[in-house]
Amino acid sequence: MKAMLKRLSLLAAALFVSTALHAEPVTGGRANVVIQPEPPSLMVGLVQNGPTQMVAGNIYEGLLRYDTDLKPMPQLAMSWEVSEDGLTYTFHLHENVKWHDGEPFTAADVVFSADVFLRETHPRLRASLEHMEEISTPDDHTVVFKLKQPFGPFIGIFEVGTMPMIPKHIYEGTDFANNPANNTPIGTGPFKFAEWEKGSHILLTKNEDYYEEGRPYLDEIYWHVIPDAASRAVAYETGVVDVLPGGSIENFDVQRIADMENTCITDKGWEYFGPHSWMWLNNREGPTSDVRFRKAVMYAMDREFARDALWNGLGKIANSPVSSSTRFHTDDVTEYAYDPDKARALLEEMGYDGTPVRLLPLPYGETWQRWAEAVKQNLDEVGIKVEIVATDVAGWNQKLAEWDYDIAFTYLYQYGDPALGVARSYVSTNIAKGSQWNNVEGYVNEDVDALFEQAAVAVTPEERQERYTKVQQVLTDEVPVAWLLELGFPTIYRCNVKDLVTTAIGVNDGFKDAYIEK
Amino acid sequence: MLRFILMRLVKAAIILIAILTLNFFLIHAAPGDPAAVLAGEAGAADAQFIEQLRERFGLDKPLLTQLGIYLGGVLQLDLGYSYRQQMPVADLIFARLPATLLLTLTAFVIALVLGTLAGVLASARVGKWSDTVISTLALLFYATPLFWVALMAVLVFSVFLNWLPGFGYETVGANYTGFRRALDIAQHLILPATTLGLFFMAVYMRMTRASMLEVSQLDFVKTARAKGLKPGIIQRRHIFRNAMLPVVTLAGLQAGQLVGGAVLTETVFAWPGIGRLMFEALAQRDYNLLLGIFFVSAAMVLLFNLITDILYRVVDPRIRVAS
Repeated sequence: MKAMLKRLSLLAAALFVSTALHAEPVTGGRANVVIQPEPPSLMVGLVQNGPTQMVAGNIYEGLLRYDTDLKPMPQLAMSWEVSEDGLTYTFHLHENVKWHDGEPFTAADVVFSADVFLRETHPRLRASLEHMEEISTPDDHTVVFKLKQPFGPFIGIFEVGTMPMIPKHIYEGTDFANNPANNTPIGTGPFKFAEWEKGSHILLTKNEDYYEEGRPYLDEIYWHVIPDAASRAVAYETGVVDVLPGGSIENFDVQRIADMENTCITDKGWEYFGPHSWMWLNNREGPTSDVRFRKAVMYAMDREFARDALWNGLGKIANSPVSSSTRFHTDDVTEYAYDPDKARALLEEMGYDGTPVRLLPLPYGETWQRWAEAVKQNLDEVGIKVEIVATDVAGWNQKLAEWDYDIAFTYLYQYGDPALGVARSYVSTNIAKGSQWNNVEGYVNEDVDALFEQAAVAVTPEERQERYTKVQQVLTDEVPVAWLLELGFPTIYRCNVKDLVTTAIGVNDGFKDAYIEK
Repeated sequence: MLRFILMRLVKAAIILIAILTLNFFLIHAAPGDPAAVLAGEAGAADAQFIEQLRERFGLDKPLLTQLGIYLGGVLQLDLGYSYRQQMPVADLIFARLPATLLLTLTAFVIALVLGTLAGVLASARVGKWSDTVISTLALLFYATPLFWVALMAVLVFSVFLNWLPGFGYETVGANYTGFRRALDIAQHLILPATTLGLFFMAVYMRMTRASMLEVSQLDFVKTARAKGLKPGIIQRRHIFRNAMLPVVTLAGLQAGQLVGGAVLTETVFAWPGIGRLMFEALAQRDYNLLLGIFFVSAAMVLLFNLITDILYRVVDPRIRVAS
């Protein structure tokens, strides 16, 4: 692990130097990348799962991109202004943008995408659009979003996975889900869809008419569908693929592959998602309904061991419900270092009678299975009886949606802002059976509800920070869920692939800047 | 003969509908909901979105209505629409079928030819060292988990020796055509087909060996020997032909399963076949796709059973006379 940390810091130093002495990008070449699992569709307006976003983020575009500090960068919008009252967002679009079929991209496409298409198909964006009063287009290249009240995270919803631009001339007036054009996606992005051999590969080719002079540099990208994790590692070892996006291979293989010659590794490029892992603790019934039991779980877990042994030292101990890469994170919270004695004392104080608890692992492969076993062992050591319940993904979904668990592993994205990706798991207005992307643990605290609500609509960042700090303190004190790690998903690639991870969504929109050094 | 075939076809159709109905209820009895899985992949969803999906796929209707709609479609040869892949099920299956058939048929031929040959050889030298070597090897291939043999094959022939491609159907991006493409596919086929073939070879080898030994003890063989026929002729014409009956039965049963693909082999070697499609459909609770694959593979099993029965009549005249 030390070697890996050293390599990461060397990489950071190298990045710094390479920015200073930036080499001239080389045009041409092909990138071979792993995609897993095979995406169901590349129409990112309809399907928002991980692999779809990863490939389609290079075909479609949003108005903005975000750097690894989550600061907005131009994309289809050249520039933008936010009014002082925080109610009006004005975007100035690039003027010579064409869709891949040659039609011009204009402000009318933006209105259609946000207000018509995605409002119908994109549940995550739909929630943010509730704050919007209207969209207007003073001219073909200007779009104005007017809000009902200030909504701090609004500037953060313009990346390609959240608000992708959809061609109005193809979709207007059609049945979106069954439009035949879904099989041949048309975007404005640096790469065009060329070919998809199901079960084998997806080919994207360079958009020769791209509006940014000189970009993209690569001629084509092959995304290889390889279902077995060990075979994906072999594909890299044998030189068939050059890029293994985060999560492509099992964690125990990461070190071995990273040690190969001409191989670089980075855990950057996940800042927008901020994958945050925790265990749902059922607050409604059983031992987990007692705050002392929940605290005991926090003290009982050796999270450093899990990070070092199971995640190769990548990632951070999650000390708050808000990830450290998400805005408004604070370290001024109740900390829970590994302390089995404290855990035992708390259990004794509550009079825990040894009632067994059911633990639901996340059925996402070896690492998660082992993690569940490690936690079981930790809990066993302080006297908590644990039964591991095995399920597949569909069964796990159902058990969570029906609250049929005591402790259950999960991880969720935070989308850069607590209002977008954190509040949903803790506010009591978001308790509803039938879904597992809400307050699944059943935690109810009116103060927490109020703080999250005020923080979302406060105008200045300072006001928002104040409330989010307070809410993080309350939550870490009451432990509605047991936070585990801010996950680190390393992207592994040949070192001569340059500028691959330059934004907060990494390879999802990274091939615009990437080039292969000869 | 024609009447026999017609009767069997009618029976097969009834069995198929029964299999589909049974599978339909079994799949729906498994925990999990395709709409929730789909929504889950999006990383965020509300109850409204899940309800939207259910309505779109007709999952909100009563189960019996869903079954009626499905069977109605099947009778018109419409296997429905895949929720996750957003394509007609028949298109998905037929796109994957050639790759699966290429892999499983090659493996089948390897298994049948090598297995039978090895079985005959072993039975002719029973108790000698060559019999022991063949039997042990066969047992080894049969007893070792398939995925492990597959991974070791990739490690040795692809990673260490760099002789053969380790996965995939062809070299992606090479854009070969004609003979060069056929050669490329053949190279990719060697490792998965051999791995799969070796596993089944063991079964044929053991079956052939046992059957040959059994038949060689029968009275008519003694008579043949007493008549002074040459051992080679007895072996080929008398023992081998009679010993083949159980092997044909086994081959018929296995041939029917060829379409179902080989989930493990296809997964390890990233072979774009039906087996993988089925596994993914199961994980996603993609009901229509799963039922579609079951339908096609059940139809194949029934078809190959019919062919086996016809073959029996060719191989063994006694069956023809008896019926």
